[in-house]
Amino acid sequence: MLTYTLRRLASAVPTVLVIITLTFFMIRLAPGGPFDLERPLDPLIMANLEKAYNLDAPLWSQYLTYLGNLLHGDLGPSFTRRDFSVNELFAVGMPVSILLGGLALVTAVVLGTLLGAWAALRQNTGVDYAVVGLATFGITTPTFVVAPLLSLTFGVVLGILPAGGWSNANPAYWVLPIVTLALPQVAVIARLVRGATIEALRSNHVRTARAYGLPTRIVVGVHALRAAMLPAVSYLGPTAAGLLTGSVVVETIFGIPGIGRYFVQGALGRDYTLVMGMIVVIALFIIVFNLLVDLAYAWLDPRVRFD
Amino acid sequence: MAVQPDLIEDIPAVAGRSLWQDAWARLRRNRAAVASMIVLAALCLVGIFGPMVWPHPYDQVYPKFVRVPASLEAYPGTDSILPGFEGLLQRARLEHGEPVLEGGEVSVAVAADEPIDPRILRYFERSDLFSNPRLELADDGLSGTLAVDVERLYFYFGTDAIGRDLAARIMIGVRISLAIGILASIMALVLGVTYGAVSGYLGGRVDNVMMRVVDILYSLPFIFFVILMVVFFGRSLIIIFIAIGATEWLDMARIVRGQTLSLKRQEFVQAAEALGATKTGILMRHIIPNTLGPVVVFVTLLVPKAILLESLLSFLGLGVQDPLTSLGLLISEGAANMRGALWLLIWPALTLTLILFALNFLGDGLRDSLDPKDR
Repeated sequence: MLTYTLRRLASAVPTVLVIITLTFFMIRLAPGGPFDLERPLDPLIMANLEKAYNLDAPLWSQYLTYLGNLLHGDLGPSFTRRDFSVNELFAVGMPVSILLGGLALVTAVVLGTLLGAWAALRQNTGVDYAVVGLATFGITTPTFVVAPLLSLTFGVVLGILPAGGWSNANPAYWVLPIVTLALPQVAVIARLVRGATIEALRSNHVRTARAYGLPTRIVVGVHALRAAMLPAVSYLGPTAAGLLTGSVVVETIFGIPGIGRYFVQGALGRDYTLVMGMIVVIALFIIVFNLLVDLAYAWLDPRVRFD
Repeated sequence: MAVQPDLIEDIPAVAGRSLWQDAWARLRRNRAAVASMIVLAALCLVGIFGPMVWPHPYDQVYPKFVRVPASLEAYPGTDSILPGFEGLLQRARLEHGEPVLEGGEVSVAVAADEPIDPRILRYFERSDLFSNPRLELADDGLSGTLAVDVERLYFYFGTDAIGRDLAARIMIGVRISLAIGILASIMALVLGVTYGAVSGYLGGRVDNVMMRVVDILYSLPFIFFVILMVVFFGRSLIIIFIAIGATEWLDMARIVRGQTLSLKRQEFVQAAEALGATKTGILMRHIIPNTLGPVVVFVTLLVPKAILLESLLSFLGLGVQDPLTSLGLLISEGAANMRGALWLLIWPALTLTLILFALNFLGDGLRDSLDPKDR
């Protein structure tokens, strides 16, 4: 398994390199620059700024410099947030995004699996229809509708939770963003688990387990659910990466200092290093979580072999 | 495969049921799917014809009626017309009876001690509320009837923050959202099916390279791609659906490739190859038509996804531009105004949710009716 993991990580290196190269040149070739203002800067000041940020060097040499710095773990200085390096921005924002995303992820997995399995065991009853209806609602209602409505209901009208803002120490600030982030994922996971559980309950290994006279709770909890988790697990790979790297909608509406906002802001403001930093972080998360998914697959399904 | 009609003239026609007829029959039994189709058809009609027949243009601003709540009553309301009218009568120093409001006309019997000067009508002409004042005097000039027109407007869904009719804006939003959803899906369909079928059918090294390209594009975040496109080509409707279509074809390509891989080993493809059919011919006539089942299902689920993505872009300020609007833009404006003007959020959000619900139910229904496993 260790060789498999190492080989997978090694094979990801060229992919990451291609992504970095592509995005580096794409964002550089885009018209506009980080120091373009409504009123153009004095050409001398502009030249000095470009020199300070090494923007006057040829593009290929900037690219090589960037790659070299990246190898040392240096993501460079931010172009639009003066006096901050991208590493510093991430050091502040990342824990917030990971905390929120992680809690939302755990909520989604636990709640989604429970609801999905419950609906599958009571197929075609009121419970089933309620879960499917809730799931459809969760999938179809966009985050940017749910977030303001939640903030209005619980923050303004009922006044029991903060309508927005952030505090690392006070979990009351975490509740609404987590609910908003988790709702669509709960819905998808519940649907996936429901479908897979219905199929698993009809499969041979579950019938065998029943024939052995095992109690229902073991048959469902161990034999059926283990197989039924597979589609949800493969869905979770990219989803987890997305959740942990922050959501621009949720962070904007609730005013949360995570890293999700940096992507859109950075791309719009041509903050080259910030965008590249986000691309690198997202790509790393996707690679790590896809690897984790494959490892989890092998653990859940004994038929899967590493090769 | 179509058979030449002149070859089958002698054979008595047997009424066969194609896959599609079968699926249609099953789909019709699914009540949720049928209801969804009706809702979608109605919304399409509203999107296409609604803005043409609706009394308010979507970009007309009514400065007098900013942020009026949704209501079945006409604006201005009776309780503001009559006091306004009586105030003007007092300024004109007329004795008057009870004013009567009928349709778009207010009339009142007036009287005075001296002959009434028709110039008092100026008071009414200058008013914001009234227009076209008319005075009919009796022969002695001391009494008569005064009538003015008052324009009464209906805003069933209320008006937005600068006084545009929300119903008209929702109609245009439905049109734009559905158009982007459908166009982006068609683009993803054409691109994804062609790419996937070619990759799967050619196989080997070509397939490897083509799928590696898909993998790399997969890892590029969608928002980044769209922002770049908008930056390069400017904000326009066409760029938005091209950007959405260009990111959504990847799943389609994977699905079609998987289908093609299993299809190309089947006898009818080998038969076509043995008959000397060209690769293009085999792809177009045999492979692609046979992948359509899962593709159709996927497209119905792609349309809501595209609509959601467009809404997200509009929400981030990268989508369509004012005064044109989409449901996502309306929702983001509604979210900004929700304290005190909740209807601005509720109606567009309900419309979007309705569209997405209907498309999802239709997609589920199609999957159930086209999936041979569940027969």
